[in-house]
Order: sequence, then structure tokens, then C-alpha cells
Amino acid sequence: MKVLSQGEGRLFTDPDANRAREYFRGKSRALKSKLTTVSEAVARLVQDGEYVAVGGFGTNRIPTALLHEMVRQGKKNLGLSGHTATHDFEILAAGGCINRCDVAYVVGLEARGLSRNSRRLFESGGLEVTEWTNAALAWRYRAAAMGVPFIPARSMLGTDTFRKSAAKEIECPYTGEKLVALPALYPDVALVHVHRADVYGNCQIDGIMVADQELARAAKKVIVTCERLIHNDEIRRNPEKTAIAYFTVDAVIEVPFGSYPGNMAGEYFSDEEHLREWLTAEEDPETFRTFLDKYIYGTKDFGEYLQLCGGLAKMQKLRALELLSGPKGVE
Amino acid sequence: MAYNPMELMICLAARHLEDGSTVVVGTGAPCAAAMLAQRTCSPNLMVMFEAGGAGPILPSMPISVGDSRTFYRGLFAGSMGEIMDACQRGMVDYTFLGGAQIDPYGNINSTVIGEHARPKVRFPGSGGANDLASLAWRTMMITPQDAKRFVPKCDFVTSPGYLTGPGAREAAGLPPETGPYKVITQLAVIGFDEATKRMKVEATHPGVTREDVITNTGFELLWADDVAVSAPPTAEELRILRDEVDPYRYIIGRG
Repeated sequence: MKVLSQGEGRLFTDPDANRAREYFRGKSRALKSKLTTVSEAVARLVQDGEYVAVGGFGTNRIPTALLHEMVRQGKKNLGLSGHTATHDFEILAAGGCINRCDVAYVVGLEARGLSRNSRRLFESGGLEVTEWTNAALAWRYRAAAMGVPFIPARSMLGTDTFRKSAAKEIECPYTGEKLVALPALYPDVALVHVHRADVYGNCQIDGIMVADQELARAAKKVIVTCERLIHNDEIRRNPEKTAIAYFTVDAVIEVPFGSYPGNMAGEYFSDEEHLREWLTAEEDPETFRTFLDKYIYGTKDFGEYLQLCGGLAKMQKLRALELLSGPKGVE
Repeated sequence: MAYNPMELMICLAARHLEDGSTVVVGTGAPCAAAMLAQRTCSPNLMVMFEAGGAGPILPSMPISVGDSRTFYRGLFAGSMGEIMDACQRGMVDYTFLGGAQIDPYGNINSTVIGEHARPKVRFPGSGGANDLASLAWRTMMITPQDAKRFVPKCDFVTSPGYLTGPGAREAAGLPPETGPYKVITQLAVIGFDEATKRMKVEATHPGVTREDVITNTGFELLWADDVAVSAPPTAEELRILRDEVDPYRYIIGRG
């Protein structure tokens, strides 16, 4: 196959399908309990320097407890897949955890504005960046999930996004057309928050999947947090509902309200006040340090963070918002 | 009936969305335009969001293109891959984009100002924008117009317009017959010239002069032979926009 050109960006992960197969060959298929704690899972499964990918969509169905714990444990020199990484990127950037990033969408929090601290990280040159697009990263997970070294696609072509990527432009062996070859992305660790899981790691997700099914299959290690732990009988009653199968999963932790301050479909809406508090605190580095001390470094776990943010009363308010059943005028 | 520029832009965008077509939207004005179109000219418009939601009966403006409103009572709650596959397969008719810079060919920058490795300003990056601009049939923009945003050349081309002109998209390998369609600003409706693929003013809004448009553009615009005056919002459009689409004025309040 003819390679016509290639992006200048660095490829942070190995797309080799045979080396991935060697890894997956050694991965346990045993149906055994993987139930653990947030701190144990992060200490055991996330090593400094590894490449991490976060499930969900920025402020929706994100594994906040795991992200806070990575900051608390002072994880360093991580690579990150920036597949719409908004509040998740904001947390890891705040903790100084990352030094390289495959960027599709970061720094912004969509309609809420830009994260000042995340911008500082880019603008100080403190981050090595390779550019991609959201579809490119989703399709790169898909290639890895398929066990092939690349997948062809038709976006990115002709732009600076391609020029600063690590993609290659190839000639289609069937039609002769130009295509972009997207290298398979096998993250070292995926962090995913789901609605329900059993102790083995069989997961159910309500609402959109974003790219989490592909991601869980692509990643070498998968840490799952769930709103609610369920009995294996519930999984077996509706196997078609299993979005992520147990044999891809390495650790399971029950974390109720685990996507807070993000949205969890059908459970609770995002806490826009607290997300704004983050953005506002970031405007001044000293204020931001105090803010992080209060909410992350000064808390021993996610439960304490929820208490600080308003506890059960706040969660009930966000549930009413999500279910559109709040007092008139809240929405 | 009095209206503000944002309300006019949303109404003009909505009228371009053909009934029975598909559109991928983000949050903000594009979403408002799609919601208005569903309630006026295009009851069968299929609204899709890149994170996987499609065909919702939107109870309110989503804050994120992945929040639960994007599939509230929806027809489909799938994945990013499935929505982007539909674009690549040729089943998405319209999309809306925005950016920090836009050039005469409709190329968009939403990545950096200045040098890439150490930028003066870092923006979020492509997100799904490059994919949508590459793969949807028609790309529209709802954007404020000024000389700092409408530049002769983007610092960084995040998402493709007509690139360097006629034939450039095809030469780059992008699917044929795709590209920028309309740019809707607070001053004008701008299309793209068939021969040169450069921006061409098709209509100016009521009360806006040719001079206003020229002063707020950092490059030379082409002008249609018969530049129209944009039809203002109807009373019915305004009523629906204010009462049903954006009752809390999240978007139209910015006008």
C-alpha cells in the first residue's frame, strides 16, 4: 500500500496488533471477583508514564473518583487521549499528571467556556501535543478493538489537523482514492464509569455509549466504577444489555454519584454551579491552589468530596433536574 | 415586531434546513435553529449529536452535546462511532460549525493562534468539527462577523472549507460535492461562488449597508449580482423561538 504523506505529530502508542495480541493472550479470562477500592485500583493499575483514556464525554458519565485519586496519588508523566476530555482533562491538568496528549477536544468545557489552567499548560509549552479529531480517536479505538493496526477513514485530509497528527495518507488499494490511515490506539489504561456492573466487571450502560464499548476492548487494563453494583443474576437475566464484557475489565468499584459533577443519564444532571466554581477558581493560580486543596488534596476520598459539594441534598436536587421534575424554573 | 441579531441569525439558519433531512448540531445557536426548524418549516428534521444521541424531543437546550437531553425521548442513543459512520456513509445533510478564524474559502481555525508547539492562544481543537466539515454534505456557520475573525488566512486550518479553491477538496481526498454552504452572521448571509469557491454575499440584513459588511471582513468579498435583503423573523418564528425553543434566553439573550 502506497503511503502518500504523513503527519508531523508523534505517535504516543504502539499500533502493532501482534504485540497487542501477546498482551491480551496473557490477560485473565477467569470469572472472578474484581471488586476493590478506588485507591487500590489506581495504585495498582495506573503507573507513572502510562497512556490513559477516559470514558464518557467530558462532563457526562465520567469516572470522577478515579481522576481525583490519580491527582491525590500524584501520578506523573501520563499520556492522555483527548477524545472530548473536558472536566476530565481539567482535573488531570490541575494535578500536573499529564505530559502528552492526543488532542481532539480539550481545554474547553463546551458551552461553559474555556479552562484557564488547561490553557496555561498548552501555552507554557508544558504538553506534547498530537492533533486528531473525535471521530479519528473513536475509530482508532475501534481499530484496536478489532485487533488490526490501522483503519482507513475520510476525514482530516487537506488540513493542518492532519499535518500535526501522526496519521498517514494512503492510496486505497481498491479505488485508488486518497484515504487517511488511522493507527490503532491501544491505551495502557481505560477509566470508565457505568450505571451498573457485577463483581466480575460485566457492565450495563443507559443512554449513549459515546466510544466506551470500543475503548474497553482497546485498552490493556480497564478500571470500571459503577453507580450501583448488581448481582450476576441480573446480568444473566438480560445479557443483551451487557455493554462491556467482564474479560476486558481488571477492577470494579461501586461509586454512587460517581460522575458528579458531570451528568449521569437517567440518574442526575450536571452540577453547573460547581463546574462554574472550577472555571472561576482557575482564573487566579493561588485561588486555584486553595480550591484544589479544599476539594481534592484535602479530601480522603470521593465521599468526602460529595459531602463538601452539598451531599445527599445536592444529589437529590440534581436528580430532580435530570428527571425534569424539579420545582418550576429550575431548568 | 422587534428582534435582536441572534434571533434573526437563528431564524435564517432554520429556514435553510430542509424537511426530512438530517443535521448534526452542537450546543447553542445551531441547536436553537434546528429546534425552531422542527417547529416551523421542517417537522421531520432529524437532529443528531456527535456523542451518539439522535432524534430527541428536546425538553430544553443541551449544555453538552453528550448530555442526557440529546437523547431525551429520542429515536436512538448510540455511539460517537455510529454518528460519524453515518456522516462518512453520506447520510448527514447538514452540519453547523464555528471557530476563532474563518478564511475566504470557509476554512476554520479552532485550534491555535500563533505557533502550534507554543501557542499564543490554545482553543479546544477539532472535536468533531473536522469530521463533520469533511463528511457532511453541507456545512453552515452561524458566527459573529468582524475583521479579526474573517481573516485572509487562518493561523491553523482545523476543519476544511474549500481549502485553496476549486478542486482542492477533491484533490485532498475529501468526498466529492461536500463543503461550506452558508455563513450566517449578524450582518449578512454569505454563500460560496461556484467558480472561485470564495465567499459571496447573497443577502444583507435589514438596515445593514454594504460598507458595514466590508468593514467587518478582513478580506475581499464577492457580491451576488442581486444582493437581497434578509427577510426578518416572522411573528410566529419569534413566538416559537422565545416561548418554546429558548424560554430562558440562554442563546437569544446573547443577541
